[in-house]
Amino acid sequence: MKKLCMITMLLLAASLAFAAPPASVPHKPKAAQAASAAPQVPQELPRFRFENFTTANGLPDNHVYSVLVDGDRIWAGTENGLAVYENHAWKTYTTKDGLAHRAVLSLALDKRTGDVWAGTMAGLSRISGGRIDTFTQLNSGLSNDVVYGVSVDGEDVWVATAAGACRLNLKTGQWALYNERNTPMAEIWVYAVAAAPTKVYLAVWGSGLLEYDQKTGRWDKYDDPDGETEMVLFKDQGLIHEIVTSVSFVDNIVWAATYFGGSRYDGRYWHNFLTKDSGLPSNFINTIKGVDGNRAWFGTDKGLAYYDGVNWAVYRPSLTSGKPEMTVRDAQGNVSPVAVTTAPAHNYVLGIDFQGNDIWVATAKGLSHGIRQP
Amino acid sequence: MTGRNKIGMHAAAVGFALLAAVFFAIALMPGRPVRAVERDTASDLLDYASPLELLFSPDGKRLYVLCQQSNEIRVFDAATYAVINNIAVGRTPRGFALSPSGDRLFVANSWDDTLSVIDTAKLSVIATWPVGAEPSGVVEDRVAKHLFVANRISNDIAVLDALTGEEQKRLLGGRGASYLTLSPDGARIYATHIYPNPSPLRTGLENRTVPESEITVIDAARAVVLDRIPLHSVAGVFHLAFSNDGRLGVVAEYHPKNLVPLAHLEHGGAFAHTLTLFGADIGKPIEVPLDELERYAAQPFGVAIAPDKSRIYVTCGGSEMVTVIDVPRLMRFIHTHAGPYVQDLSASSNYVVAHIPVGRNPRGLALTRDGRKLLVANRLDDTISVIDSRTLRVASTITMAGPKTVSVLRRGEQTFYTARQSFQGQIGCATCHIDSTFDGLTWDLEPDGFGRDVVDNKLLEGVKDTEPYKWNGGNPNLPTECGPRTEKYFWRSQNYSDLTLTDLVVYVRSMPTRPNRFRLPGGELTPAQERGLALFSRTVDKFGKPIAESNRCSFCHSGPKGTNQKLSDVGTRKATDNAGLLKAAPLTNIALTAPFLHDGSARTLEEIWTVYNPDDKHGRTNDLTKDELNDLIEYLRTR
Repeated sequence: MKKLCMITMLLLAASLAFAAPPASVPHKPKAAQAASAAPQVPQELPRFRFENFTTANGLPDNHVYSVLVDGDRIWAGTENGLAVYENHAWKTYTTKDGLAHRAVLSLALDKRTGDVWAGTMAGLSRISGGRIDTFTQLNSGLSNDVVYGVSVDGEDVWVATAAGACRLNLKTGQWALYNERNTPMAEIWVYAVAAAPTKVYLAVWGSGLLEYDQKTGRWDKYDDPDGETEMVLFKDQGLIHEIVTSVSFVDNIVWAATYFGGSRYDGRYWHNFLTKDSGLPSNFINTIKGVDGNRAWFGTDKGLAYYDGVNWAVYRPSLTSGKPEMTVRDAQGNVSPVAVTTAPAHNYVLGIDFQGNDIWVATAKGLSHGIRQP
Repeated sequence: MTGRNKIGMHAAAVGFALLAAVFFAIALMPGRPVRAVERDTASDLLDYASPLELLFSPDGKRLYVLCQQSNEIRVFDAATYAVINNIAVGRTPRGFALSPSGDRLFVANSWDDTLSVIDTAKLSVIATWPVGAEPSGVVEDRVAKHLFVANRISNDIAVLDALTGEEQKRLLGGRGASYLTLSPDGARIYATHIYPNPSPLRTGLENRTVPESEITVIDAARAVVLDRIPLHSVAGVFHLAFSNDGRLGVVAEYHPKNLVPLAHLEHGGAFAHTLTLFGADIGKPIEVPLDELERYAAQPFGVAIAPDKSRIYVTCGGSEMVTVIDVPRLMRFIHTHAGPYVQDLSASSNYVVAHIPVGRNPRGLALTRDGRKLLVANRLDDTISVIDSRTLRVASTITMAGPKTVSVLRRGEQTFYTARQSFQGQIGCATCHIDSTFDGLTWDLEPDGFGRDVVDNKLLEGVKDTEPYKWNGGNPNLPTECGPRTEKYFWRSQNYSDLTLTDLVVYVRSMPTRPNRFRLPGGELTPAQERGLALFSRTVDKFGKPIAESNRCSFCHSGPKGTNQKLSDVGTRKATDNAGLLKAAPLTNIALTAPFLHDGSARTLEEIWTVYNPDDKHGRTNDLTKDELNDLIEYLRTR
């Protein structure tokens, strides 16, 4: 079981996509436009003081798969229960409280009601006012008990599972399943979902990125145009790779993570990110979360990375010394260190969420609170 | 008495008995005569007012009466009780509330899923807003920003824009969410629900656990659920009231003892009828019983606290009385006696100071602002009892306009709701069939050993012409089901008179079926429901292999009510069951009736097939994909 759980650490928590008004979106990201611009010192890149939480200070487990900010409350999906941090204290919900399973892979907040949805290794749980109701493949229309991702859009709860995606309508109680029979999904291992009033995106492990148009009910599919699993032949001509692990949809921009790089899609143009030509610390990306159309955070197996549309910053314990490290990379590719005294708990990052200017990071060895520094 | 008189009396009694027997025989005949009775009485049904809830206007000058059966709000002068106006609203109104200023009255119409908005100056409906499924309670916040509506069928509390009626969101309520109360400071809304919440995933006892309910606490300003006050072993939670200072909250509820055989009614009761007290005066919530030995407080429903917090008044719909509690004595009792008290039939004598007999099926109540008068709506005799709170006696009775005669249906409904018939007046039919539906519980009915022949309680609506009754088909018709079986196993008391049984049977057979909320307005099926219907009707499986007739959904669940009325073995028999053959359950409003199967072991429709049909004996289903099973369930929800 431990081995299984370690394997599941590879599984990604879905990112919440926020309903946002359409913004004026450039056809190319700033990075693409910046090639002819004068070199800039990325002074504005955020600096943090990281406070890390582990079992030593209240977390039920150091393996943290997912994190969710809910106002002043922080929810952490761990391998051993769902923990909530409030008033400087942790409380843990377990299967004894009705939680579907101890390993909580994904979290989503229904901003209208305050309910929290937790995707686990054995079902989907709804936490509402302290009460937990659980949906499984046996007691409900849920397609599969392994729930990698969850996202709430209005009355619909979208769920990414090991056997396709599904949508629960909270008003009618109806479940709709999406799989290889009614979508262009070649594989049914859905790792993440991002739902918004206009579009819903599914990150499918081995089957690219699926897009559902909420108005027309039609599905579209984005694939790696070169079809190569080990190399990139057609960069910026489509999705970077078929093994999509996370997706975020904000300001009408899609940010997609794969185990072989990241992608940004504005509805017309793609821009891809690889370690060789960006500040990404690794092409192995577990999670991605867009701040807006131009800025995004990347959770990789080699640290936490931030992209502001031009420059990059990486936050992690050094891969060699383990000491706290922050590096920045400007548009010309110049990399320079920034003196820091703290870093995220671990460089294997599985979940990201924002709390104002702060950031919360779920890692393989603890939960980190990045407190923004002036 | 002279001998001649005795002979005359005897002859009269024989004549009456013969007449009763004839009526009884007529009523029990399945043919035309019974239908004639139903047709006649159905028209009577529409004429009764059936006052359910009461409200005084903020200035105390008007009394609003929600009349459930005549679909109207009747407005009275609160001083003279003269009728000011009758206002037609939607179908089967169940709950209402005034805006804080009193200028608008909101009425939840439970059968047409609307909210009537009444201008109290004009005394007319100025808007009708669509809301959720079976709206049963409504309340407005203090700042007229949000309206909250409890939807019984969808188990949620809808948040509406108070000006436009536009629904903004729904909050998860308890199962059967029904009654809403605004706290005196306006900060919170408290919601109760009439069915127990779904049992947890891992019971290990085929879903047999004590029921769990809650008081849902909502932040009125943010319109989010703040907390859920757990009510352990409680199923059936009704009105909730606060003292004026907001420090004492009280809620009326049932505390079923459904894990032990109900046939042991005489050994301590099948239900405790209780109040849960909470708030700053109490600290941790405390459950206290209302019952006394020989005098149960069956079906507690409405509750009010005197302005000076001296008393709590509780209507008991089955016992046809108002129970009066002395609050200081109650406080002394709970502070000097260690709980729990629920099983203690001597406890209530410490704080119950009066039982005031009122009319048939008393439900809603309202206190005048000075607390001098308590008005009680007697739903099933169309009266309002006016109680003098100093003497604790009924000072006068307001008779609602309506039929002067009591129809067969009306008598039947009175019989259904009263607890007079049972041993010590403990329960009535409506105790388990709340508002003529069900209670969401499984019961151990017969004295054949603990945990043997556990049965799930089912809906009664549409029960006509679905005989035989009982899960094992042991009762051939409703007179047997409602008569000897009920008398023997439930009431443990005297038998019904023949005429009373006839009334009861006619009422049960006449129960209308609630509109199905899963069908589209035009009655057509959605694509998923269409696919489900095809699966329901199929004769070959996905491999092209014929499905035996007896193993098709549409064979056993045939006809308009979804039952062929026959017994069969669908592989769901448990080791604790005495019989192996089970009657095909009707499908009327089946989606509302969880849990499922004869013993309630399936918590959801899905579990019938995902857990309890390993050998395809309950229909051929194991060839279906999850999508297809979902489609089948979507279709079943339309029945």
